[in-house]
Formats: sequence, structure tokens, C-alpha cells
Amino acid sequence: MTDAAFNFAYLDEQTKRMLRRAILKAVAVPGYQVPFASREMPMPYGWGTGGVQVTAACLVPEDVLKVIDQGADDTTNAVSIRKFFVKTAGVAVTEATADASIIQTRHRIPEHPLTEGQILVFQVPIPEPLRFLEPRETETRKMHELEEYGLMHVKLYEDIARHGAIATSYAYPVRVEGRYVMDPSPIPKFDNPKLDGNPALMLFGAGREQRIYALPPYTRAISLDFEDHPFRPTKADHACSLCGSATSYLDEVITDDRGGRMFVCSDTDFCRSRREAAE
Amino acid sequence: MTAQAFAQQALTGGFAEPASQSARAFRMALAVLSQPGTIRQVEGAAPPAPLSVAAGTLLLVLADRSTPLWLAPSHDTRELRDWIAFHVGAPLVAPANAMFILGTWAALQPVDRFPIGRPDYPDRSATLIVETTALNADGPGLRGPGIRGTARLALPEIAAFRENRRLFPLGFDCFFTAGDRIAGLPRSTIVEAA
Repeated sequence: MTDAAFNFAYLDEQTKRMLRRAILKAVAVPGYQVPFASREMPMPYGWGTGGVQVTAACLVPEDVLKVIDQGADDTTNAVSIRKFFVKTAGVAVTEATADASIIQTRHRIPEHPLTEGQILVFQVPIPEPLRFLEPRETETRKMHELEEYGLMHVKLYEDIARHGAIATSYAYPVRVEGRYVMDPSPIPKFDNPKLDGNPALMLFGAGREQRIYALPPYTRAISLDFEDHPFRPTKADHACSLCGSATSYLDEVITDDRGGRMFVCSDTDFCRSRREAAE
Repeated sequence: MTAQAFAQQALTGGFAEPASQSARAFRMALAVLSQPGTIRQVEGAAPPAPLSVAAGTLLLVLADRSTPLWLAPSHDTRELRDWIAFHVGAPLVAPANAMFILGTWAALQPVDRFPIGRPDYPDRSATLIVETTALNADGPGLRGPGIRGTARLALPEIAAFRENRRLFPLGFDCFFTAGDRIAGLPRSTIVEAA
């Protein structure tokens, strides 16, 4: 069970109340970044402290938790966060997307469709979609207030002018319910269509930047584009070398120093369950 | 009030296991606010009348010393003030300065005096905990984030919530409580005209 040295889910109750109030306001204003008093966590910034705090505020003892890092259940970040919550909250864990009630993710949305009642918690490095276009927080806040998003379209247009197509391939901005432009965290734009109208609740936590935002279930989240250059989700033009899926998002794996490579599903649970079903 | 009566009323009725009970109740609050029209049960608080179990539980989960609270006349009793002082610690303030607002819909009028946030910080708005007697789907249609198609929820009136939606992204957010049941209505929900 829970180590007696910790409160349930590590954080103290007052911190969880603060987080919970921020999460509820984020749900009430989809796509708007709610400031919160991010705490120091027993892991460095950049390792998912925002997602961990959101997960800690949402966890109940009955939850089944899944943690993925770029789609994989077995990489360092996913393993350490999963162990953190097993130790501090005593919750059950799983690698199967369908069995999880809360999924904390770094930079992917699982291939297996999410269902109503599930919560997907994203780890977010830079929550402000306009940050690399306008470094001043005072200005970006004003731009959101005034719905002044022309600069974002200029950026996408410059992509087209330079490369002939929109070259932005991850952290591709979406417009939420026709109001706020939101950074979906650095998920590949392949995953962007899953943001729109998803039955699961999506929560985004940025620890270092101290922001929480949300997409409630069945919320419109439309990827920005132009009429003559419509949004197009992209993936490597291969099938998975392990399970043969032609529709899942693929990682490129270098296999030797002579140019050898293979493409495999980034979602390890999806890939394994397909291989098990094929046997 | 005798010291014994005070101890029986004000010092009891909180969570027995704050961490797990507030976590479970929060998940219900999160569910009803992220999916307007759904109704859930919460438990844990045993506050003095007229506060319902659900409203008392919401206060224990969300309010504390950092969240100013306004008690509408329907709920501004000595017993309740004592209970809140001991279990929650929220400073009691005027409606215009409150983060949480508690009362029956009639006692909350007029609702245009509550904080609706600022254009640059729409999150700095009030959350209303509205005590009702009937929580059911016998009401106007709801559309918007969190709702597939249309949902229905009995509301104390329609005009005020349509006006609140017109202010989006500003506006207040509501929880409705009856007994141990809660429902939610965030400012993003479009309430259809009757």
C-alpha cells in the first residue's frame, strides 16, 4: 500500500484543492490556459511535472493508471512516473489503453480509441502556442483576449511560402470551439484529428510554465489551415515492421551504421496487441 | 449555544479520510462539469441544515482559507458559519469579492453581481453552488463542450444562463446540489430557449 511517509498521491490536500480549482476553470473555458501554483516535484522540470500534478489531483484509489512516453509504456519517463504513483497512491497500473481510467501521456494520443469516462493527461513543455512568435507573456495574453491570431496564420503561411506546404509537423495549433488557439503539446499532427470531438476528457499540465488547460469530451478542436492548403495529418509512408499496421503512427529506428532502418508503431500497446491477435 | 452543542454541530461532519474522500468527490465534480447534464452522487460531508450533503462535500473538496466565500441569505446561519470556519476556513466576504457563492437560486438574486473574470484572466470568476430540490433531466436542452448532441437538465431559470453564456469566455460556473446529488453547468454551455 501507500508509503506512510506520503499523503495519498504525494501532494498535500491544500495543493490538490488549488489544482482541482484550476482544472475545473480549465474545463469551463476550453483551451484557455489557467495559471496555477506549480509545486516542486521529486523529478526535474521537463520530466512531466505538470502532468504528474494534474494526475495526482485527479487520482482516486480505484483508478487504473497507464503512462506512456511517445506512445511507449516501457521507456524511462513512463516507467518512472508509473512507479511514482504506484508508490505514492497505491493505484493499479496497466499497459492496455482500454483498461485504463487515467492515461498520462508524453507527446502521443493512443491509437486505440478512447471512451467516455477516461481521462487523458498531457505533459506540456510550452503551453503558449504563440510563444515562439511573441516572447512577451503580457502580449500573448492580450492576443488571446482579443482573439488576435493572425500571427499564427502568418507563420503557417511562411511555411507554405518556404517549403510549399505547412511544415509544422508536431505541436500543431488547434482552434477550440472557435475561440482559443491552443497548443496540443508536441503530439505529432497525425494525432490532431483525435483531439476533435473525443469522448475522453483531455487535461493538459505544464509544470515549469505553471499552466493547466483542458478539452472537455466532445469539444471541437480544429487544426488551423488554409482553404487551398487544408490540414493534412502525416506519418511515415510505411507499414509497421512488427505488426504490419499501415494506419498507426510510426517511429523510425536506425538498426546499423550502414543506413539500415525499420519503422515500428510508436504505440507499443497497440503494436503488441495486434501481434498477439495475429498469433 | 452550549459548548457541547457547538462541539456536536460545528466540529463534526467533515471527511473521515480527507485524501481519498475528497479525491472521489472531486472526480464526480469534474465529471458533471465536463459533461453538463450528467448527475452524480457525492458523499463524505455531514453539514448542519440547511446545507446539503453534496454542497457541504463540494466546499470541503474545493474551498479553503485561500477562497473567499459568500453565503446567500438562505444559508447564512450561525451554525453553518461555525461549521465552515472549522472545516473549511474560507473567509466570508461580500458577493463581488467571492470565489465561491453558496445559496438557493432565489437567494442568489441578482446574479450579475458575482465576479465573471477579466478578459485577460477569465478564470478569475466565481463558482456558484446552487442548492435545489429537484435534480433531473426535465429541463431545457443543453449544447456545447462536453455534450454529444443535446443534453437536458432541470434549471431554476433559463434567461440568466443564456445571458451568462453570452459573456463567454467570461461568466460564472455553476454546480447544482440536491441531497447527495450534483450536476454542473459551466459558462461554456449553451442553454436552449424554452
